[in-house]
Amino acid sequence: MSEVLLEVDHLTKRFGGVTAVDECSFTVNEGSITALIGPNGSGKTTAFNMITGYLKADSGQIHFRGNTIARPRPADLYRRGLSRTFQQARIFPELSVEENLVVAAGYSWRQLFGRRVSATDKELARQMLAEFRLEPLLELPASDLSYGQRKLLEFAAVLMSNPKLVLLDEPTAGVNPVMIDAMERHIRERNAAGVTFLIVEHDMQLVMRLCDPVIVLDQGAPIAFGTPAEVQSNPKVLEAYLGG
Amino acid sequence: MHALIQAIILGILTGGVYALMASGQTLIFGIMKVVNLAQGALVVLGAYLTYTLFTTLGIDPFVSILITTPLLFLVGIGLQWALLRPLHGEDVAQLSLLVTFAIALAIEGALSFAYGATLTNVQPTYANYSWTVFGYQISLVRFVAFLLSIVMLGVLYFILQRTKFGRSVRATVQNPMSAQLLGVNANRVSALGFGLGAATAAAAGSVFGMLNSFNPGSHYDLISRLLTIVVLGGLGSIGGSVVAALIMGVASSLVSALASPIWSDFTFFIVLLLVLLLRPRGLFGAKTRGAL
Amino acid sequence: MKRAISRFGLLRVVIFFGLLILVPILGGPVWLLNMLIFTVMYAALSSSWNLLGGLAGYPSLGHVAFFGIGAYAFAIMFQGSVGDGFSPFLALPVVGVAVALLSVPIGWVSMRTRADVFAIVTITFLFITQTLAFNLNSLTGGAQGKSVAPPPFDVSTYDWPFYYAMLALLAVAMGISFYFSRSKIGLSLATVRADEDKAHGVGVRVTAVKLIAFAVSSGMVAMVGCVWAYYVGFIYPQFAVDPLITIGMVLMAFLGGRGTLWGPVLGSFILVPAQEFFAQTFGASELYLLAYAAVFLVIMLFLPRGILPSISDRLRRRRLAAEGDARDAAQLSEVQDASKSPVTSEVAR
Repeated sequence: MSEVLLEVDHLTKRFGGVTAVDECSFTVNEGSITALIGPNGSGKTTAFNMITGYLKADSGQIHFRGNTIARPRPADLYRRGLSRTFQQARIFPELSVEENLVVAAGYSWRQLFGRRVSATDKELARQMLAEFRLEPLLELPASDLSYGQRKLLEFAAVLMSNPKLVLLDEPTAGVNPVMIDAMERHIRERNAAGVTFLIVEHDMQLVMRLCDPVIVLDQGAPIAFGTPAEVQSNPKVLEAYLGG
Repeated sequence: MHALIQAIILGILTGGVYALMASGQTLIFGIMKVVNLAQGALVVLGAYLTYTLFTTLGIDPFVSILITTPLLFLVGIGLQWALLRPLHGEDVAQLSLLVTFAIALAIEGALSFAYGATLTNVQPTYANYSWTVFGYQISLVRFVAFLLSIVMLGVLYFILQRTKFGRSVRATVQNPMSAQLLGVNANRVSALGFGLGAATAAAAGSVFGMLNSFNPGSHYDLISRLLTIVVLGGLGSIGGSVVAALIMGVASSLVSALASPIWSDFTFFIVLLLVLLLRPRGLFGAKTRGAL
Repeated sequence: MKRAISRFGLLRVVIFFGLLILVPILGGPVWLLNMLIFTVMYAALSSSWNLLGGLAGYPSLGHVAFFGIGAYAFAIMFQGSVGDGFSPFLALPVVGVAVALLSVPIGWVSMRTRADVFAIVTITFLFITQTLAFNLNSLTGGAQGKSVAPPPFDVSTYDWPFYYAMLALLAVAMGISFYFSRSKIGLSLATVRADEDKAHGVGVRVTAVKLIAFAVSSGMVAMVGCVWAYYVGFIYPQFAVDPLITIGMVLMAFLGGRGTLWGPVLGSFILVPAQEFFAQTFGASELYLLAYAAVFLVIMLFLPRGILPSISDRLRRRRLAAEGDARDAAQLSEVQDASKSPVTSEVAR
C-alpha cells in the first residue's frame, strides 16, 4: 500500500547463552501505526535498542528510508528522523519543561554557540506544549512533573525535531486512564499529520484500537504479522502468550 | 634471553601481589560501584603496621598478616559504616569516589604524623635470601609473597563461592535491585565487602613492605598502578583483575629490564590508553553502559 | 522579573571585582595580598574545573596536570629573561590555546568512559604527568626543579601584577561559565550531566560539547599555572603537579555548589583562608593533611550539594509556601521526595 520506512533484517542479539533477538526481520510501512507485541522477554525492548543504536547487534542490518544504517548511533538516527521514547519516561529532570523541548529540537553548530533558549525556540516549544496541553508547566523544572506528565513531555520532546518514525516503548505503562486517552489521541493526531509509529505496548485493548498492523514477537523472532483481528485469531500467538 | 626470562619470573611474582591488592579494589567496585581511591593508602597502612609489629615486637612480617588482616578488615567496615554509608542523593558515585580520596589523604596524613616522610622498609633476616634455579634468581620473599597471595586469593574465592555472604555479594554484583528484593541487606554486604577489600590490602601491604621501600606518599604510585589493573581486568571482575595484574607485572618488569625502570611506570599508562581505545570495558568486564 | 535578576547579578559582579581590585591600592598587610593571590588562583582553577566537572558532571581528578603543563611551559619559555616583566603575561593566551588543543585527544580518549572510569583515567594522567616532570630532566630539570627569571618589579608593589593577572583569569573563567550556562553549550552539557544516553537519543552533540568543555577548562587551568609559576619563581614536580591542587579545585566547587557560577568562588574564599589557617596552626604537611581530609569529609557528608544550591532550594520552597497554597508546596515536596525514592531515581537514571 505504501513505502517501507524501516526494514529490520535478520537482527540478532545474544546475551551470554541467551539469544534475546533471533534473526528477527520485519518492516514498518510509512504512515502506519505498527505495534510490536509479545510476551515478557520476547525481545521487544532489545530490538528497540538495536534499531535506535543503543545496543550493538551481533548480526543483521537496519534499513531506514531506503538507506542501510551501517553503524546505528542514537544521535545520528535522531537527526535522520528516527526517534524513540523509553519505557520509564526519561526526561532531564534538572531542566525546565521548556528546555527539555528546546534541547530535543535539534540545532546547528552555529546555534550551539547561540542563546540557550532563543525567541524562536520559545515559540516552537510553546506551540508543542499547547498541543499537549502542558502550557502552564512551561517554566517548571521537569522534576516537578507527575509520572504521566513526564511521559507526555518525553513524547512531545521527541516530536520537536519533526521525526519520520517514532518508536514508543510502552507509552501508557503506569499511566492513569485519562492520560492513556490523551496519549492515544496525540498518537492519532500526529499519525494523521504524517508521522509513522512503531509501538511496544502491553495494553492489548489499546493496541487493537490503535494499531495496524501488529507484529508478534516470541523468543526474539516474529511469529505473526497482520491486522489486529488476524493476529488475535492466530493460534501461534495464543500459544506464545499462554506459554503452551 | 636469560635476562628476559628472569624479568618474566620477577614480573609474575610481583604481579601476584598486585593481584591481591587489585582483587580487593575490584571487589569493592563490584559491590558498591565505588572506585576506592584509598586502596593504595590501605596497602601502605598495612605495610606500616607490619613495620611497627616487626621493629617493636619482632613479629615476622609474614606472621603479622594474621594480625594486620583482621585489623584492617575491621577498619574497612568502620570506614564504610561511618563515611560511605551515610552518603545519599543523585551523585552518590561521585561523592563516594571523593570520600575515598579523602580517606587516602587522611591515612597519608596520619602516617606522616606518626612516621615522618622518610623511606623505610621491612627487613627480616631472610630479606635478601634467594635461590638459584636453572641459573635464575628467585628471591625467597618474592616467592613466598606470591604463594601467599595465591592462598589469600583462594580464601577470597572460597568466601565468595561457598558462603552465604559470598552468595549475597555475587547477587549484589549482578543486580543490586533484585538482590535487595531477595532480602540481601545491602548495607551489610557493602560493609563486609569494604572490609574484605581492606583486608586484602593489609595482607598485600605486609608483603609490599618487604619488597619495596615506602613512605606515606607511596599510595599515589600504588593507586595509579592498581587503577590501571582494575580497568584492564574489567571493573568488578576479580578473575579479570588477577589476569590483568599478572600481565601488568610481567609487562612492566620486561620494560624495566629491557629499557629502564622509569619507563615501566609508563607501561601502565600506555596499557590503560590502549584498553580505553580498544576495549573500554576491560578484558573481562561486563558491558554495563547506560541504563538500558 | 528575569531582567531584575540579571541586573542584580551584574551588580554583584561589579561589587565583587571592584572590591578585589581595590584591595592592593587601599593597602593592607602583605600576608593579605599573598593569601588573596592564592584565593583568587583557586577560585579561577575551581571555576575552570567547574566548566567540565560541574556543568557536564565529568569529575576530572587530573586537572592539575594541565596546571603543571602550563607552569612548565611558562618556565621553559621564560627561564632566561622576562624583559620588563609584563610581556610574559602576553604569552598566557598562547599557552592556554596550546594546552586546550593538547587536551582534546586526552579528553577524547578519557571521555569514552563514564564518570567513574573517567575519574580513574584522569587521575592516572596526573601521575603520568608528574612522572614525566620528574624524568624529562633536560626539559623540566627533574627533581632539581626549574626557575623562571625574576621580573624587575618594584619591591613595594611586587605582588600586584600577579594578583591582577589571577583576577583577570578569574574574570575570564567566570565569564566563560556564564556564557556556557546562557548558551546551548550549557544546555547540552546539562543533558549530558543528567542522562547522557538520553541526550544521545534526542540528538545532542554529546561528544562535541564534552570536548569543548574539556578543552576550555584545561586551557584555563594551564594559564593559571603559568601565572603561578611566574609568581613562585621556582617550580618542582611535586608542587606543580600536586594532587592536592586537583583536590582543592574539586572540593571548592563541591563546597560552594558545582554547576553554579558563584559556587566555586565562594568555596575558594572559604577554603583557602581555612587552608592557610591550618597550615599556620599545624605546620606544613602532617596534621595539616589530616585537617584537610577532615574538612573534605565534612563537606561530602553534610553538604553534598554545596552551599548555593542548598540555599536556593530552601528559598524556592519558602517562596512556594509564601505564594499562598501551602498545599501546593506540600505537593511539590511530595513529588520531590518521590523523585528521590529508589524506584523513580532508577527511572531518572
